[in-house]
Amino acid sequence: MLEEAKRAIPLSTNHAIAYAVKDLDVDVISAYPITPQTTVVEKISEFIAKGELDAEYIHVESEHSALSAAISASLTGARAFTATASQGFALMHEMLHIASGLRAPLVMSVAMRSLSAPISIWNDQSDLFNARDAGWIIIFAHTAQEAYDTIIQSYKIAEDHNVLLPVMVGYDGYVMSHTIEPVIIEDKEKVMKFAPKVQYPFKLDPDKPVSIGSITPPEYYYEFKYQQVQAINGSLPTIEKVDEDFGKTFGRNYGLMECYMCEDADSLIMANASYASTLKAFLPEIRKQGLNVGLLRLRVYRPFPLQKFVEYTSDKKNLLVIDRAISYGAPYQGPLANEISGAMVKEGLKLNLISVVAGIGQRTVEFEDFLALARLAHEGRRHEETIFYGVRE
Amino acid sequence: MEKLVSYKEMAPGGIVVNPGNSLEYKTGDWKVLIPVINQETCTRCRICWYVCPDNAIVELDKEYTTKKNRKYKVSYDVNADFCKGCGMCAQECPVKAIEMVPVEVA
Ligand code: SF4
Ligand code: SF4
Repeated sequence: MLEEAKRAIPLSTNHAIAYAVKDLDVDVISAYPITPQTTVVEKISEFIAKGELDAEYIHVESEHSALSAAISASLTGARAFTATASQGFALMHEMLHIASGLRAPLVMSVAMRSLSAPISIWNDQSDLFNARDAGWIIIFAHTAQEAYDTIIQSYKIAEDHNVLLPVMVGYDGYVMSHTIEPVIIEDKEKVMKFAPKVQYPFKLDPDKPVSIGSITPPEYYYEFKYQQVQAINGSLPTIEKVDEDFGKTFGRNYGLMECYMCEDADSLIMANASYASTLKAFLPEIRKQGLNVGLLRLRVYRPFPLQKFVEYTSDKKNLLVIDRAISYGAPYQGPLANEISGAMVKEGLKLNLISVVAGIGQRTVEFEDFLALARLAHEGRRHEETIFYGVRE
Repeated sequence: MEKLVSYKEMAPGGIVVNPGNSLEYKTGDWKVLIPVINQETCTRCRICWYVCPDNAIVELDKEYTTKKNRKYKVSYDVNADFCKGCGMCAQECPVKAIEMVPVEVA
């Protein structure tokens, strides 16, 4: 373990992702390089300038074009990458659906941030949750190391011919994107051996012409959409297997969903990304206060690992779901809580679901706040409405 | 009607893997008017052939001799399977040799 730790270098999650892109020998990177872009693409451009990565780096005129270029590149058989956040992510929205609809196996990192208006450059998850129905595989990383590892896993998942879907890796803007953690960077050869390039099976090729992006009349469109349903649902075993194999090769794996200090817990707090890491650090102290609470960390979000969810929650009393995005006017205003309540009905779970919205626009949630949330979960009272934690009334 | 294939038999992403199959897809069935070319007045200038957005004007190796005894080696005709009846050919014909007539009449 100590030997392992010695290999680590200090990196922000942004830079950890850039290292993964380099180690994966990505062929095409397209980016719109001003805010809300992050230093992911800046670091990649450095790697290219120094000759450490041989790739086409396309400076485009908007995020819409960034994703368009990445889609096109991946459909020619290239390994493509782009990164975004916030308004840039919102501007990509049209192309998000085109990427999944065309089954482009590209990977994108998202430093999750709030959306305007009013203007906020800070963290929450409004941008990503806005895109949850865009047909992408979505995985949340909760450490810089996990982000590095997950980008590597993502190409192996996306390029699998039984999957062929774009993957986005979400991590918290600022809280993770601009803070430094120890990260083990693996040997490039070993990474490429784990995730060798698997080309798109119907790539643009003059010797074997295909038409991409044709119009599809009502007799066919529905079937293509159903193919996407099958592909994303069917990708779950692949995602699980890739993670397991990653563990065998590199000694780190994460599971589809993580239950932390949860076996003996009566109540769980569901959180993702940085809130999950923070809770991991706080839980021992929270336990000392007599609150029998564990963490259910959401890692793979699309496809939703429902069986894992049932396995981890079926014997629990309370489940407090923290949402860092708002579903305006929905039954629960936390998008995740809404889905969880649907999952509970589907699976006949009798949990007491508590929906909490917190951290909007990076309103800081500190130890006392997590303690208060743990208390809410532990008390197990029924709350019919979403709790907007910390809002000034 | 032919039996449509299941989602399993379709290449993913709506990608067309058998090139040139648009020939099988007849797009001209919704027109209201269709061009009729007057072989007598047509000067074989080829402008309609150029302007048709659907390549529906066809150049045939069909000789034609007008009443005034002018001989042409080719004739122009309309491929009704793909003509959408837009009328651009009639609009652009410099000698007004093309008339747009209702499909039922033609
Ligand atoms: S009417 Fe339009 S589509 Fe038809 S032949 Fe003329 S130009 Fe072509
Ligand atoms: S544009 Fe008119 S004159 Fe010229 S080839 Fe066509 S029909 Fe004939």
